[in-house]
Amino acid sequence: MYEAIAFYGFSAILLLAAVLVIVSRNPVHSVLWLILAFFNAAGLFVLLGAEFVAMILVIVYVGAVAVLFLFVVMMLDVDLSELRAGFAQYLPLGVLIGVVLLVELIFFVISGWTLGPALKSAIVAAAPDAAQVSNTRAIGRLLYTDYVFVFQGAGMVLLVAMIGAIVLTLRQRPGVRKQNIAAQVSRQRGDTVTLHKVETGAGA
Amino acid sequence: MSIGLGHYLTVASILFTLGVLGIFLNRKNIIVILMSVELILLAVNINLVAFSSFLGDLVGQIFTMFVLTVAAAEAAIGLAILVVYFRNRGSIAVEDVSMMKG
Repeated sequence: MYEAIAFYGFSAILLLAAVLVIVSRNPVHSVLWLILAFFNAAGLFVLLGAEFVAMILVIVYVGAVAVLFLFVVMMLDVDLSELRAGFAQYLPLGVLIGVVLLVELIFFVISGWTLGPALKSAIVAAAPDAAQVSNTRAIGRLLYTDYVFVFQGAGMVLLVAMIGAIVLTLRQRPGVRKQNIAAQVSRQRGDTVTLHKVETGAGA
Repeated sequence: MSIGLGHYLTVASILFTLGVLGIFLNRKNIIVILMSVELILLAVNINLVAFSSFLGDLVGQIFTMFVLTVAAAEAAIGLAILVVYFRNRGSIAVEDVSMMKG
């Protein structure tokens, strides 16, 4: 009962927020609706018993990706009315393709399929009893043993993304005078100061 | 009534469709296109976690984390390209992106 209420509540807010992401006039509002959508998706994950993935979703998406979006949206000085141009033009085609796609997807969902009995023997890593082993511990046991190389690969993906983002956005501006600490420290007295013997009364 | 696998799959289908629709509707605004891609990946994640939960197989949740990693990397690179493009052109209109004449 409570599970159904929670499911329908989370789903309704998730879908409403998703609609508002794509129709908002202001990209900042879109990002904020996206954050709401991520929170409600995390709620659905908790309902499904995947607590760790839910918390990762909140941390990674809300804490990093959405804030990154927010920074970029606010830093770029974009003309909002210009961005909206073409919205009504593409609306009929977009809605048509969306409806076709949705009908096909929903048809497959409700077409009355069931999980085959052979699927039980195909389970790769059976989830342990939630009362004995927590979701986080079970995922950790699996991730750091069977999937450790894939885990390392994911780390490499993030490293490449980080280096790529830095290389793309780093900008060398030639006209800027910055403090050069090495040049300051290595400066010798003899390079800059000279003593001149000046005759009395002959100084300029 | 109890909530089954079909309910979660339906929500994920609607979310996926909304993401695709967002790409169609916001042709000029590449930021919202990137957000729509995030919505699509979120729908995929809901599918994976739902199957993982209802089949009792943890691999779906492991794979969800890798999808999340790739989504984060994609957002970072995409926004970096967007910032560089805005710096060069002063606009983020997708239709102007023909500088490379590909």
